[in-house]
Amino acid sequence: MIQVEEQLDAVLARYQAVIGLEVHAQLLTRSKMFCACSAGYHDAPPNSHTCPVCLALPGVLPVINRQAVEYTILTALALDCEIPEFSKFDRKNYFYPDLPKGYQISQFDLPLSLNGHLDVLVGDEVVRAGITRVHLEEDTGTMHHAGDVLQSATSSVVNLNRCGVPLMEIVGEPDLHTPEQAREYLQRLRQVLVYIGVNDGNLERGSFRCDANVSLQQPGALGFGTKVEVKNMNSFRAVQKALESEILRQADMLDRGERIVQETRGWVEAHGTTISQRSKEGASDYKYFPEPDLPPMHITRDMVERIRAELPELPEAKRRRFETQYGLSAYEASVVTQTQDDAGTFETLASGVDAKIAVNWFMGDVARLANITGVKLQDSGLGVKGLVALLKLVAAGTINGSIAKGLLDELYATGGDAVQLVQERGLGQVSDAGELGTILDEVIASNPNAVNDFRGGKEAALQSLMGQVMKATRGRADAKLVNTLLRERLG
Amino acid sequence: MSASQLTITQQAAALRSREVSAVELAGAALAHVEAHDSRLNAYLTVTADAARQQAAAADRRLREDGASASPLCGVPVAIKDVLCIDGVETTAGSKILKGFVPPYTATSVQRLLDAGAVVVGKTNCDEFAMGSSNENSAYGPAGNPWDVERVPGGSSGGSAAAVASGGVAYSLGSDTGGSIRQPAALCGVAGFKPTYGRVSRYGLIAFASSLDQVGPFAHSVRDCATVFATIGGHDPLDSTSEASPVEDPLASLDAGVRGMRFGVPKEYFGAGVEPGVRDRVEAAMRVIESLGGSLEEVSLPSTDVALSTYYIIAPAECSSNLARMDGVRFGHRVDASSLTDMYLRTRDEGFGPEVKRRIMLGNYALSSGYYDAYYKKAQQVRTLVAREFESVFTKVDALVCPTSPIVAFRRGERSDPLAMYACDTMTIPVNLAGLPGISVPCGFVDSLPVGLQFIAPRLEDAKLLRVAYAYEQATEWHEMHAPMVEATA
Repeated sequence: MIQVEEQLDAVLARYQAVIGLEVHAQLLTRSKMFCACSAGYHDAPPNSHTCPVCLALPGVLPVINRQAVEYTILTALALDCEIPEFSKFDRKNYFYPDLPKGYQISQFDLPLSLNGHLDVLVGDEVVRAGITRVHLEEDTGTMHHAGDVLQSATSSVVNLNRCGVPLMEIVGEPDLHTPEQAREYLQRLRQVLVYIGVNDGNLERGSFRCDANVSLQQPGALGFGTKVEVKNMNSFRAVQKALESEILRQADMLDRGERIVQETRGWVEAHGTTISQRSKEGASDYKYFPEPDLPPMHITRDMVERIRAELPELPEAKRRRFETQYGLSAYEASVVTQTQDDAGTFETLASGVDAKIAVNWFMGDVARLANITGVKLQDSGLGVKGLVALLKLVAAGTINGSIAKGLLDELYATGGDAVQLVQERGLGQVSDAGELGTILDEVIASNPNAVNDFRGGKEAALQSLMGQVMKATRGRADAKLVNTLLRERLG
Repeated sequence: MSASQLTITQQAAALRSREVSAVELAGAALAHVEAHDSRLNAYLTVTADAARQQAAAADRRLREDGASASPLCGVPVAIKDVLCIDGVETTAGSKILKGFVPPYTATSVQRLLDAGAVVVGKTNCDEFAMGSSNENSAYGPAGNPWDVERVPGGSSGGSAAAVASGGVAYSLGSDTGGSIRQPAALCGVAGFKPTYGRVSRYGLIAFASSLDQVGPFAHSVRDCATVFATIGGHDPLDSTSEASPVEDPLASLDAGVRGMRFGVPKEYFGAGVEPGVRDRVEAAMRVIESLGGSLEEVSLPSTDVALSTYYIIAPAECSSNLARMDGVRFGHRVDASSLTDMYLRTRDEGFGPEVKRRIMLGNYALSSGYYDAYYKKAQQVRTLVAREFESVFTKVDALVCPTSPIVAFRRGERSDPLAMYACDTMTIPVNLAGLPGISVPCGFVDSLPVGLQFIAPRLEDAKLLRVAYAYEQATEWHEMHAPMVEATA
């Protein structure tokens, strides 16, 4: 690992890497892009989510899914894109069994949006990555080959459940220069899409997919180097690894005076390298032309403003607000705003108790429990309101921290009313100096060794005495007060 | 069926007076097919059982509520084999769709069925509606009822012949560059191509999506109007269908043409027009004048390039539309050892020469490096053609001209594709501009019918039908019947 990083640093000192990313994101619409079939195809039996339209039987016609258009515009607005008044669909023609019409309905020269950007925090630096365009198209079906690849397969089967699922393509400018920037860009983009509710952000299942264009440029050179397209990256880690590997491969070739071939390469996780899939000579001529079955779309300004009004607060804005409004650190704010749900949970907590307490519990014990149980706070027995009630008991001094932790663990699983439970079990904090004084005196009297040790300068002995007090109060004593009172008495 | 029951109007009246039942009409239509179709080859599929069931249902409907039933209820119809019907083999005249049975019905046909129509069968046509003579059908050419050795025109030749022969009162066809109007002219019946977008294309096997339009053949303009009123109107399944409501064509049908101005496009009377056709059309113009219409010469200067434009746009769209015929999911497939070979051999065997020619033309026109010179240029000319019509229609209400420059020719007589393409010089610009056009009979040359074409502005289908009706009612050409009708009358 360290070796790759060192090699990469050395290469990036000599060459500038130029990376542009293309993301395909399936939209979370109920139906497909051009027919009424359900778009939720994942666990359906093969070819069960199909109809004459997505099977491309002769004579059928596409009808535009309005929700998909609106989701694309919403995305474009989140990425600060321009939304032209006129947009149209085009046919991208090629033959493949997973593309039943023999063409994909996509957008060529008049996409739904253009010229946006996404700010990405990489380390301490904010990188502004340009967005060339966001356009709308349809997904293809899937194929399963008896064999590794289609060419050598003895038989192949086609599943058209995915065929026609709305697919948004987000084309990024070649503004990224390191694999880390590329990974951060994708993570941020995914976060935005999930935030605005248009995509589920699932890379493994392929609902969020990424291709990368990579070239190397010698310092001071005019224009970009020959670019290579890298595909088959199914995780953020894979993107970073594939780009590292590809940059090293290209640098090695350039160092040896070889020319980079314009081609498409696939990332092979198992080998940790990219392999050539298709050269430019084998590239298809897609013979784009305007889709005659669909009239051009007129995107009115009213429609754009209506959609803009639906745009939620985006992660970056939320993070900045949390820093100022709640006094969170940059790190805390970015953790808490990771998802819309988390941010909402935090704000509910912070509306009931001090924000600092809220963030500590949220990022500490609540995160731990969510991790262990796989259940989010809002879905747990306790719920967000339950936690607020519990934390209010702590803030009011009714119970102490360790009692609260115990209750959190219990209520997270079983649910219940914290206030009632504290009363029933008598868990209320003992913070009456008189009551504690009596207990303290007993503890001091029966632990002369510890008392002597403390007086002799052993600070740790105090902990032992406090432990005795906690034991005597079944953990209910106000620890801070006990500490103060002990010091007074032994001082 | 007797000659006195040739029209929808007549059959509807006979059904209501109990003079005849729908089952009897269906039986007569099926018997006609039985008697003549071995010579005529107008049908690719006959749906006898379904027709009898539909007829029985129509009889029940007429008995229960004859007053509110559609005039189409119980009337037999033939459907061009490019329109899908649930459960009925639909081939578009191509071998590649042999055995294809769609699980759905075209909107236009569904609207007929909802009205109580009785579908006798699917009619012959040029493969994927590409042709002007029906000779490009993979299932043999249809004959012309006026002379079975001659072509019925195309591509909807079977639909025209089925009506002209007296077998059915009406049929549906599709018109991409003249495929309803030209065969109507050659077979001596009325053929109406509505404004682009007026009739849903859902379920119509696409030839060229931006040009295709479904429309009727019938013995009278009134029947065309009746069918149009039933099949026309917005369809949520066809995004290119017009959203505005259809003006009832029957309401104004007999309003006449007095005071209306007719344009005579000089470019439509060029050298290619046979003298006999010219004479008949000029005689028709005198009739229009006698009815109170005025004539004036107009010019559509882009007419000569419209044909070339069409032969770029239509093939470009068809090359893409026919890509789904790939042997993977339906129709003909030739198994092979590789995917590419399967594609190549399936399509090589499945498509006929004219279809292959157009697929190649289209792919060429759309290819990288040629797109601007061909497809883009053609779209610009198309816009120009439409503007010329718009400009002419600021001065006149409708245009009048020949439908076809020639009358029905003998099979095999026109083997040169370019000579065949020239048959559509006066019909193609109408499709490029998306206008409504109709052909009505206007006389004979050597005992073969001549067609008169009227063209109206976009969405003025009702006005077009009114004009054609006025002419038709002033003449007797539509009452002249092909020898086949006489034989069974």
